[in-house]
Amino acid sequence: MEKLSIKEKKLEAINLNVFYGAKQVLKDVNIAIKANTVTAFIGPSGCGKSTFLRTFNRMNDYVEGFRKEGDIIVDGKDIYQKMIRVEELRKKIGMVFQKPNPFPKSIFENVAYGLKIQGIKNKKLIEETVEKSLKQSALWDEVKDDLKKSALSLSGGQQQRLCIARALALEPSILLMDEPASALDPISTAKIEDLIWELKQKYTIVIVTHNMQQAGRISDNTAFFYMGDLVEYDETKKIFTNPEKERTQNYITGRFG
Amino acid sequence: MTSADKNRIKDKAFEYVGMACTFFGLFMLVIFLGDILMTGIEKIDMDFLSNFPSSRARKAGIYPAWTGTLWILGLTAIIAIPIGIAAGIYFEEYAKKSKMANFLEINLANLAGVPSIIYGLLGLQIFVRTLNFGTSLLSGACTLALLILPVIIVSTREALKAVPDSIRQASYGMGANTWQTIWHQVLPASAGGIITGIILAISRAIGETAPLIVVGAATFITNVPDSPMSDYTVLPMQIYSWIGMPDKEFAKSAAAGIIVLLLITFVLNGIAVFLRNRWQKKVKW
Repeated sequence: MEKLSIKEKKLEAINLNVFYGAKQVLKDVNIAIKANTVTAFIGPSGCGKSTFLRTFNRMNDYVEGFRKEGDIIVDGKDIYQKMIRVEELRKKIGMVFQKPNPFPKSIFENVAYGLKIQGIKNKKLIEETVEKSLKQSALWDEVKDDLKKSALSLSGGQQQRLCIARALALEPSILLMDEPASALDPISTAKIEDLIWELKQKYTIVIVTHNMQQAGRISDNTAFFYMGDLVEYDETKKIFTNPEKERTQNYITGRFG
Repeated sequence: MTSADKNRIKDKAFEYVGMACTFFGLFMLVIFLGDILMTGIEKIDMDFLSNFPSSRARKAGIYPAWTGTLWILGLTAIIAIPIGIAAGIYFEEYAKKSKMANFLEINLANLAGVPSIIYGLLGLQIFVRTLNFGTSLLSGACTLALLILPVIIVSTREALKAVPDSIRQASYGMGANTWQTIWHQVLPASAGGIITGIILAISRAIGETAPLIVVGAATFITNVPDSPMSDYTVLPMQIYSWIGMPDKEFAKSAAAGIIVLLLITFVLNGIAVFLRNRWQKKVKW
């Protein structure tokens, strides 16, 4: 894999160790992620990939017993420094969760929420942002006539695209996706994958997935985790055709998982 | 007889015993209600609701008692609701992990089980004497507020707990802080449960007599309360004093008082049930 210059690095982990209480869940992980790429984190359950994803927007702060060593750098800044305001950080880094989790409010309110908590009251601006975000997440045509409807009345796939729209409304530069399609049917999954492909133009996307084919289809680079180790990180093509490590080979060919 | 037969008989037997136990409780309640209604219903009219207590049973009414009960309810609610909800939120959303919170939590559970007369003694010392509120509505309401605070805190926590964590995560993930998450997401989603808990707590406060005796609710009073510093009586006190009268006519007045008290309680519980159902329909996870 090509070496990235400092400017090209969007996200970076340096000698990262993560513990939950006494248990070490990530061991000396080093990675650098280039802007406007899709990076897939793969690996068996419990390998630490979701935990790793969540260190980039500090969602692990709420987990009891969480502790880390090493640094996480976003846009050249160490985000675990005391001066960093975690709310500001998360506006820059959108997150989409495994299970669609829309707020029990209207579709409009879901997308407008991020602006609302920033204290933005300009109605026109909010309406424009909602429309733009829903268009970006390819949901606009399906919901434009009933934005007042409860978000919970949407199908699972629509809900997940709503959650993506909600994240996009804040105009982040990074999107973290934690198995965004694992709770969805194949058609909805395909829509989400198309969407990720398009969003790559503007966003740096990191996606955790259990689905090998999905990782192969949508990502530029793939990182394989096993038991807290980053075993291999390379271009997706290389990982899937000619991995360097035997463990990676065994995993992607389905010999264990 | 096979063991399967035996088990089946046991199963059936328990079903009938359980049914009998259920009906026993209901049956007693029906007899009690029937008795009260037969005795008291004839007394209930405008005069009964608008007259002051009197030594002559025919003229005696519950005007000061029901107004006193409503005053007490209102004041208790005003004092207990904000404190209870705030404490519940603190416990559930902020203090989750600390040792201090654990310690407080155990004590809170204990407080909910303290006999109400003890709260009366506490109220007497703190509100009546130290803070010098005297035997006023305010003393009574503060005392009852203390009494129902643990109930409100616990039910608020339960309602907050019922809100799935994924909602909080989504909100945090969008850059909201804890307070914004609580205010915009968690509270609206749990409002139904919180309100239900509050109403049930308050309807418990209605029936309390013991602590109010201690903090000086009157049994005979000739004016209606007009401020939180007024002297007062409440329905249970009035009923209690009538039951002790030698004149049998007063037993009817007591029964009528019980009907009014029950009505207020049923209305409050009805509102609670209504809100809970409405809330459950609106929010499905």
